[in-house]
Amino acid sequence: MLVPLSWLQEFAALPKSATPEKISDAFVRVGFEVEGFTVTGKEITGPIVIGKVKSIEEITEFKKPIRYVELDCKEKKPRFVICGATNFVVGDLVVVALPGSVLPGGFAISARETYGKTSNGMICSTKELGLSDESEGILTLAKGAAKIGDDAFEVLELNDVIFDIAVNPDRGYALSIRGLAREIAGAFAVKYIDPALTAKAAKLRAKASAGKVVKAKISDGKDADVMYLRTLANFDPKAASPLWLRRRIEKCGMRSISLAVDVTNYVMLELGQPLHAFDAAKIAGTLKVSRASKATKFATLDGQERTVTAADLLISDDKKVLALAGTMGGLDSEVTESTTALAIEAIRFNSVAIAKNARNHKLSTEASRRFERGVDPELAEIASLRATSLLVDLGGADYVGVATAGKVPAKRSILLDPQFPGEILGYAITSATVSKQLKSVGCGVVAAAGKKLKVSVPSWRPDLEEAIDLVEEIARTIGFDSIPSLLPPRPVSTGLTQTQARQRKVGALLADLGLYEVQTYPFVSEATMKVFNYTGERAATYRIANPMADDAPLLRTHLIPGLVQAAERNLGRGARGFGLFEIGSIFRKTIAESAAPVISTSVRPSEAVIKKLYAGVPPQHQHVGGVLVGAAEAEGWQGKERNYSWSDAISFALKIIESTGLTATVVRSDFAPWHPERCAELQVNGKAVAHAGELHPRIIAAHGLPERASAFVVNLSALPETGVIRAQAITTMPVAVQDLALVVDGSVAAGEVMATLREGAGELLESIELFDRYDQLGEGKISLAFTLRFRAADRTLTTAEVSALRETAATLAAKRHGAVVRSA
Amino acid sequence: MEIAEIDNWVNQAISAFASAQNLEELKSARLAHAGDKSPISGASRSLGTLPADERAVLGKIIGDARGKINASLEARTSALEIERDSVLLVQERVDVTLPPHRSKLGGLHPITIIKNEISDFFIGQGYSIAEGPELEAQWLNFDALNIPADHPARTMQDTFFIEPLESGLVLRTHTSPVQVRTMLAQKPPIYVICPGRTFRADELDATHTPVFHQVEGLVVDRGITMAHLKGTLDSFARKMFGDEAKTRLRPSFFPFTEPSAEVDVFFNGRWIEWGGCGMVNPKVLQSCGVDTSIFTGFAFGMGLERTLMVRHGITDMHDIVEGDLRFSAQFGSGI
Repeated sequence: MLVPLSWLQEFAALPKSATPEKISDAFVRVGFEVEGFTVTGKEITGPIVIGKVKSIEEITEFKKPIRYVELDCKEKKPRFVICGATNFVVGDLVVVALPGSVLPGGFAISARETYGKTSNGMICSTKELGLSDESEGILTLAKGAAKIGDDAFEVLELNDVIFDIAVNPDRGYALSIRGLAREIAGAFAVKYIDPALTAKAAKLRAKASAGKVVKAKISDGKDADVMYLRTLANFDPKAASPLWLRRRIEKCGMRSISLAVDVTNYVMLELGQPLHAFDAAKIAGTLKVSRASKATKFATLDGQERTVTAADLLISDDKKVLALAGTMGGLDSEVTESTTALAIEAIRFNSVAIAKNARNHKLSTEASRRFERGVDPELAEIASLRATSLLVDLGGADYVGVATAGKVPAKRSILLDPQFPGEILGYAITSATVSKQLKSVGCGVVAAAGKKLKVSVPSWRPDLEEAIDLVEEIARTIGFDSIPSLLPPRPVSTGLTQTQARQRKVGALLADLGLYEVQTYPFVSEATMKVFNYTGERAATYRIANPMADDAPLLRTHLIPGLVQAAERNLGRGARGFGLFEIGSIFRKTIAESAAPVISTSVRPSEAVIKKLYAGVPPQHQHVGGVLVGAAEAEGWQGKERNYSWSDAISFALKIIESTGLTATVVRSDFAPWHPERCAELQVNGKAVAHAGELHPRIIAAHGLPERASAFVVNLSALPETGVIRAQAITTMPVAVQDLALVVDGSVAAGEVMATLREGAGELLESIELFDRYDQLGEGKISLAFTLRFRAADRTLTTAEVSALRETAATLAAKRHGAVVRSA
Repeated sequence: MEIAEIDNWVNQAISAFASAQNLEELKSARLAHAGDKSPISGASRSLGTLPADERAVLGKIIGDARGKINASLEARTSALEIERDSVLLVQERVDVTLPPHRSKLGGLHPITIIKNEISDFFIGQGYSIAEGPELEAQWLNFDALNIPADHPARTMQDTFFIEPLESGLVLRTHTSPVQVRTMLAQKPPIYVICPGRTFRADELDATHTPVFHQVEGLVVDRGITMAHLKGTLDSFARKMFGDEAKTRLRPSFFPFTEPSAEVDVFFNGRWIEWGGCGMVNPKVLQSCGVDTSIFTGFAFGMGLERTLMVRHGITDMHDIVEGDLRFSAQFGSGI
C-alpha cells in the first residue's frame, strides 16, 4: 500500500526528528515491510504562492489566444503574467510560480519579455507542478481551499514522503491509514487519534423528505455479517473533487474519477472499509447480498462481461445483478454524470466468499484485497457515515436515511496467562508490560481469575484468535531485538541414515571419477516421452494442471531426458568430451488414482486416515543417472584420445552399486532409451536395479550428441540395505596362478563364462580376471583368456592341486558353454 | 701359510678394486680377489685341515683379512654406482610439468555441497535429516500447516497442481510437509532439518526458478522458546557466512508459525534477507497430535539457492539451474 506521510501525521503525532529512514525502520521493526519510499516535491523550489485572478486582458494578434493576467498574490503591487491557457476566470484562485522558482525538469522561472509584455512569473497547470502526467489546463482551487499569498507547497502538499508498505495477509486492518497510523504511533510511542472514532462522533441529520431510503438485505448470514446502506438525494453531479481529496487518493496510487467515487475510495484508504456508490435511481427495490440461482451474465465496471454462478457472491436488486460483491461494481448501476441519487453501500463480507469471487474471476481489486484479509465489522456503520458526510459537504447532497441488515459480531476476548509470553519468547516479561503492549495495539486488558488477563480483541483484529497470537503482538511491539540468543538442549544425533549416506557417497564417487553433477528440471514433454520410447511404468506419469511451459507438462519418469538435454546444452556451449550425472526423484503413476481424503485440522487424524493419505502419494524413487559423451581421455602427449563407451557406462553403474557394499550381476538387456544390442541390466539379488550402455542411435542423432554416447541409471531406492561387514582373516599363504584360454561361440557372454569358471574352480579360487579377448579366430568363434588365482588359508597349494581345479573349471565351461580349451 | 702372504692378498685385492673403473671391472676384480677361486677363499677352505689351536689363530687372521677386503669392495661398489647413476639417471630425465591428468576431476553441484555442509552442521548439533516426497498431498503441504483452502496465503504461493485436481496432489511448495510427516511419525523431542527440492510456478529469471531448494529446521521439545530459535539461527549463520555474521529477526507472517519472523543476515557489510522462521503455531502442532500443553517448538526455512548466491557472489540463477558443467567444475567436491 502507498501511504503518504502527511496523511499518517494527521492521526499519529510523529516527532520532527522522525526522518523517512527512521519511520521506515520503525515500520519494519513492528512487522511491516517497507518496499521503499519516495520523497516528493524535491525537484521543485519556491517561491510558489496562491494568487487570485484580478483581471484578464485577452491578446489576440498572435496565432493562439494569449492572456495578460493581473494577479493578487498578497504583495504590495499587483503582479502581471502572460498565460497561454484559457480555463480560468476572474476571481479564480491559481498557483503562481514567482521568478526564482524552479519547476520539475529544471524549468527555472524568471521575469521575461514576451508577447510585448513583461511576464513576472507563471500560472501553473497540474502537469507543470508535477502532479499529473497529462495537462488539464491551469490548476484552479476551490473557494476556501486556500488563502491569497499562501505557500503553495503547503496547500498542495507538494513536499511529502510516500511509503510503499507490503502488508502481510493476516493484517487486513493495516491496508488503511487508520491501521498504519496506529502502528507507527505505537512504534514511536506517540499519541494516536483513531479516525474511526472521530467519524463515528460526526453528527449527520437525515432529511427523510428528500427521497426514499433504499432497503437492504443479507440473504444468507454466512456471506456477510452486517450491511449499511445510506441513501442520498439532490447530489450535484457537477460537483468536482476538491484538490486535497484528489491529492490524497492520487498519492495512494489511485486515480481520481468523480466526486462520488473519489469519496468512497478516500474513505476506504482512510479507514479500510471498501464502499460502493450506486446510482440509487437504477436500483429496483431492495439491495441484497445474495447468490445467483442460475448462471447469469452481467458487465462489471471494467467493461468485461462476466458469467456469475452460485459460486459467486453478488449484490443484486429485485430484478438484476448489480455488482460482484466486494470485488467490483456493475456497469449498469454506475454513478454517471447525471446521477443525483446515491446509495452508499458498506458491508462486512465473509472473507472467504470474497476471496472466491476474486479467484473465480481473476479479479484482484483494492476492495477484494481488503475483504479477503478481513475488514473491521464496526466500520460498515462508520465508513458509510463518513462517506455520506463528505458527499453532503462536497456534493451538496441531502442525506435521506439508512437501511441496515445483519449485525456486528459480538466482541471476543482471550484469556491470557501473563507468564505465557515470556515462556514462548525466552525472556521475562512482567504482567504490566504485557498489558501495556496489548493496549498499544488496541486491546482491552482486565484482570481475570487465577492471575490471568482477560484480553478483549479489537474489532479490526480478526487475526487475534488465541493466546499465541497475543504473544506475537507483545513480541513485535517490544521488538524482536529483545529476544536473547540461546541454543536449545541438544540430543544425540543419529547421523545420516544409510540411504542418505549412500546418496552422498555415490555423488562423491562420480565426481571423483570425473563426472559433473547437474540438477535439471523434472518437467518433460509428450514428444520427449515418445522420442525416448518409454513404455510401461515409465510411460505412466503425472501431468501438471498449470505447467510453466505448455509443452512440458509431464513429470519425469527417468533421469536420462534431462541429462541428455543438459549434455546438448553443454555441447552447444563448446564442451567436448564429458560426463554429467544427476541424483533425483522420478515420478511414476504406480498407484491407482484416488480422490484425496477430506481431513480436518486442529486434531491429529486417525491412523487409518493417515494411512489413506500416505497411500494417495506415489512412491518416488531416487535415481542416479549419467550421460557420457565424447572423449573420456583427451588426446595429448600421453597418447590418442579414448572415447567414453557403453563399457564405461556399465563400469560407472557397477562402481555405484559396489560402493554401497553390494555386488551386481550384469546381463544383456534391451531397454529404451538404450541401443538394443548395447544395453546391460544390472541385478542385485536377481532384481534389476540399473541399466547401462550406449544410447539408442536415434536419440543420439535427435539431440546432436557425439556418436556412441552412453548412459547409465541406477535406482538407488532399489538397492537393499547392507548390514555390518564381517571381516575375513587375511592369510599369508602364497598364491598360485593359473591361466586358462577358452574358445567359445561369439554369442556366449563372457560374464556367464566367468561365473561358470568361478563356480567350477571352487572355494580356493581367490579371483578371476579376463585378460584377453580375441575375436579373429573365424567361424564366429572367440577366445577368452583368464587368469585364475588360487589361495588356501592353511597351506601352500601344489601345482598339481591347482591344475586340477583349473581342469574342473574348464570342464564345467565346456559343458555349459561348449568352451574348448585353447592349446598354447 | 705366511701372515705376510695374507696381508699381501689383502693389499692386492684393495689395489685391484681401486683400479676398477666401472662396475664390470669391479666384478672381475671381486671374482679374482674375493670369489670362490681367490687365494683367500682357498685359505679359508684349508683351515679345516689344521689342528684346532692353529685353526683358531689363523682363522681369526683370515677372518679379519676378509673383512678388510669386503669393506673395500663395498666402498668401491658404492662409489662406482654413484658414478654410474650420475650419468645414467640424467639421461632418464623427464619434464614433470607435463600435464599429468588424462581424465578430469569432476565436481558436485554446489547445491549438493551446501546441502551436505548444512546437514553436517546440524547433525553436529544433534539433529537428524528428514526427507519426504516432492509430489505431495495438499493436506500435508497446506491444510496441516494452517493454510486452509481459501486462505490468502494459499494464493501467495504459486502452486503446481497435479491432474486430476481431486487427487489432491501438488508439487510441494516448501519442505514443510516433511515437518508434518515427521511429527505424525515420531513423538517429541524432535530435532530435524529437512533439506530438499521445492516447486513454485515462478518464471526462471536472474533471481527466481520454478524448481529450487530449501532447508527447513524443526525443533519440538519441552520449554523451547524463541530465544532457542534465535541462538540456533545465529550459530547457523556463523557456519554459513563466517564468524562475523549476525542475524536480525523482523516480525512477519506465516500461517504455520506464531510469532513469525523474517531472518536477515549481516554479511559483507549489509543486511540480506535470508529466510523465514517462528514458533510453530499450536494449530499445526495440534493437527499433528503434539500435546501443546507440554511441548513448544520452532521452525525456520531458508532457500539454498539464495544462500549460495549470497555467499558466493552468484548473480544469475541461470548458472545454478542450467546444468553447465563449467559451473559445477568451479566448486569441485568442496566449497
